[in-house]
Amino acid sequence: MFSQILKNDRGGQIMLVVLAAVLIVVPILNLAVAETSALHIPTYLVTLMGKYLTYALLAVAVDLVWGYLGILSLGHGAFFALGGYAMGMYLMRQIGDRGVYGNPELPDFMVFLNWKELPWFWQGFDQFWFALLMVLFVPGLLAFVFGWLAFRSRVTGVYLSIITQAMTYALMWAFLRNEMGFGGNNGLTDFKDILGFSLQADQTRVALFICSGLALALGYLLCRYVMNSKLGRITVAIRDAESRTRFVGYKVENYKVWIFTLSAILAGVAGALYVPQVGIINPSEFSPLNSIEIVIWVAVGGRATLYGAVLGAILVNYAKTVFTGLMPESWLFMLGALFVLVTLYLPQGLAGLWQPLKTKLGHKPEVAA
Amino acid sequence: MSEGEGAHFYREGALDTSHKAILYLEGLNVSFDGFKAINDLNLYIDAGELRCIIGPNGAGKTTMMDIITGKTKPDSGKAFFGQTIDLLKLSEPEIANAGIGRKFQKPTVFESHSVAENLELAMKGDKRVWFSLRAKLDHEQKALIEETLETIGLTAQYHQQAGALSHGQKQWLEIGMLLVQKPYLLLVDEPVAGMTHQEMERTAELLKSLAGKHSVVVVEHDMEFVRSIANKVTVLHQGSVLAEGSMDEVQQNPRVVEVYLGV
Ligand SMILES: Nc1ncnc2c1ncn2[C@@H]1O[C@H](COP(=O)(O)OP(=O)(O)OP(=O)(O)O)[C@@H](O)[C@H]1O
Ligand SMILES: [Mg+2]
Repeated sequence: MFSQILKNDRGGQIMLVVLAAVLIVVPILNLAVAETSALHIPTYLVTLMGKYLTYALLAVAVDLVWGYLGILSLGHGAFFALGGYAMGMYLMRQIGDRGVYGNPELPDFMVFLNWKELPWFWQGFDQFWFALLMVLFVPGLLAFVFGWLAFRSRVTGVYLSIITQAMTYALMWAFLRNEMGFGGNNGLTDFKDILGFSLQADQTRVALFICSGLALALGYLLCRYVMNSKLGRITVAIRDAESRTRFVGYKVENYKVWIFTLSAILAGVAGALYVPQVGIINPSEFSPLNSIEIVIWVAVGGRATLYGAVLGAILVNYAKTVFTGLMPESWLFMLGALFVLVTLYLPQGLAGLWQPLKTKLGHKPEVAA
Repeated sequence: MSEGEGAHFYREGALDTSHKAILYLEGLNVSFDGFKAINDLNLYIDAGELRCIIGPNGAGKTTMMDIITGKTKPDSGKAFFGQTIDLLKLSEPEIANAGIGRKFQKPTVFESHSVAENLELAMKGDKRVWFSLRAKLDHEQKALIEETLETIGLTAQYHQQAGALSHGQKQWLEIGMLLVQKPYLLLVDEPVAGMTHQEMERTAELLKSLAGKHSVVVVEHDMEFVRSIANKVTVLHQGSVLAEGSMDEVQQNPRVVEVYLGV
């Protein structure tokens, strides 16, 4: 089945093989190799890589709507953050009476706010399965409703980008309010364990890293499967000639809504895996700048390739880690410069560099099967 | 998925051409910022007819097609497809699925798809999202694609990216996309722009062969081409019908000579 999905996707094949190797080797080098050995990978690095993998999944989600559907979403950080909050709520409930105030029912910030009981929207989050369901459902529902309203009124182009940005901005302010019941400015943090496993344990860290890698691989295959189908060809047709697509009988709005929703769900999953690894979720994840950064990862990696998004997310974030360590103030400028340079000189991103190579190797274009 | 009298219709029931006409436009008016692009337009197209529409630039020919296909909503007037289908109540995809196909003035094909994929996407069938995810071409549909490619002379370009076609080839591909849609009514806006003389002749043959089974409305500037295909010509001027009749009648009409042909 995999071979069918990845038939014409050399980039994806390579990416997944490398990913598989990393998912096998890194845990071994962390858990099985002595700390004194030069080959040992410290746990903080495993977690850092796990974080990159969740970003890569987020970038794949953005590539789906931007690269293939032609919708430049500047609000995908919101779906990521909502998935993250859903997971964070579960992790908060897991703390139980080990919080500073020792209240078995209420998270610390609620005790601090003098709340007497758990608000209704926190109910159920002590169950892992329920939290997982919400990780998919909440971002998916928001995307569905948002998309339904925006696409039906035929908002496109720059206006659409602006309202996606406004959406995440509005959510940021909402989540900053203490009365919202999501921990306000501080967000959710001080997590202790997940499914009974300590979040500080190396094994848990490694397991989360592996889960992030698997989620990326599955998300990638799912997107590739959808894009290989006729649905994918219609998606690209909408990107290239929206009104033509209407005149051959497709209800473009419905297509946009479903692809947008799928993308939001993937972003939510990425967020849910991100939170236990970084140990905190707060309203800054909704910051408009975050959403813009994701778009830059995809632009750097190369749009409408999916594997380019993975590459871009990992490379740019690696660069960010390195440079914010060296000179923290300059990172935003560098990111901006990177975006300008890529737009001017590498419009197809890094993936575009290898496209000519591919043609030379005699790659045949995809055809109607 | 065979096509015929008993074919199924989207929403408003079956196409009813029992009164001969397949398209009724009555008293249509459209203005853009106060400028009347369509002015009390009345036009009837019979089932199976091949009608040519001519008129100077800006006469409203494309705007008329925009109304029929749901792209532009008129300020007033009526547009019916057969006796029963009110076009003004339907969206573009609904109109397309009801059986009206359109070729644009500026050829628009799906540039990053192959020629065959363009036909696949245009083909008549279930156009819903969830169906598309699982849709595979069956033998009949593959045969239809090959047959259509033959008809439009693009068999050798099966796998070629549509964006890489010449202007004339794109025109042909767009006509092919119309054909696989199996519409009852074809609206063809300037089909021979950018074609060589030879290609034009083939287009004329094709459009003539379509009439009878389908109703065809062709907008064209090329007089020689119009003469070669039309029985009946409608002259549009300033958004309304100036004259109607055979090419000869129309050419002798003094008002037509004045605004258009005489120039
Ligand atoms: N969306 C629009 N907004 C404003 N004006 C428009 C619009 N569409 C058409 N018009 C105007 O309406 C008039 C009729 O245009 P239309 O395109 O229908 O002419 P046409 O007969 O197809 O001309 P041509 O032979 O040049 O294709 C023109 O003056 C055009 O400028
Ligand atoms: Mg025109």
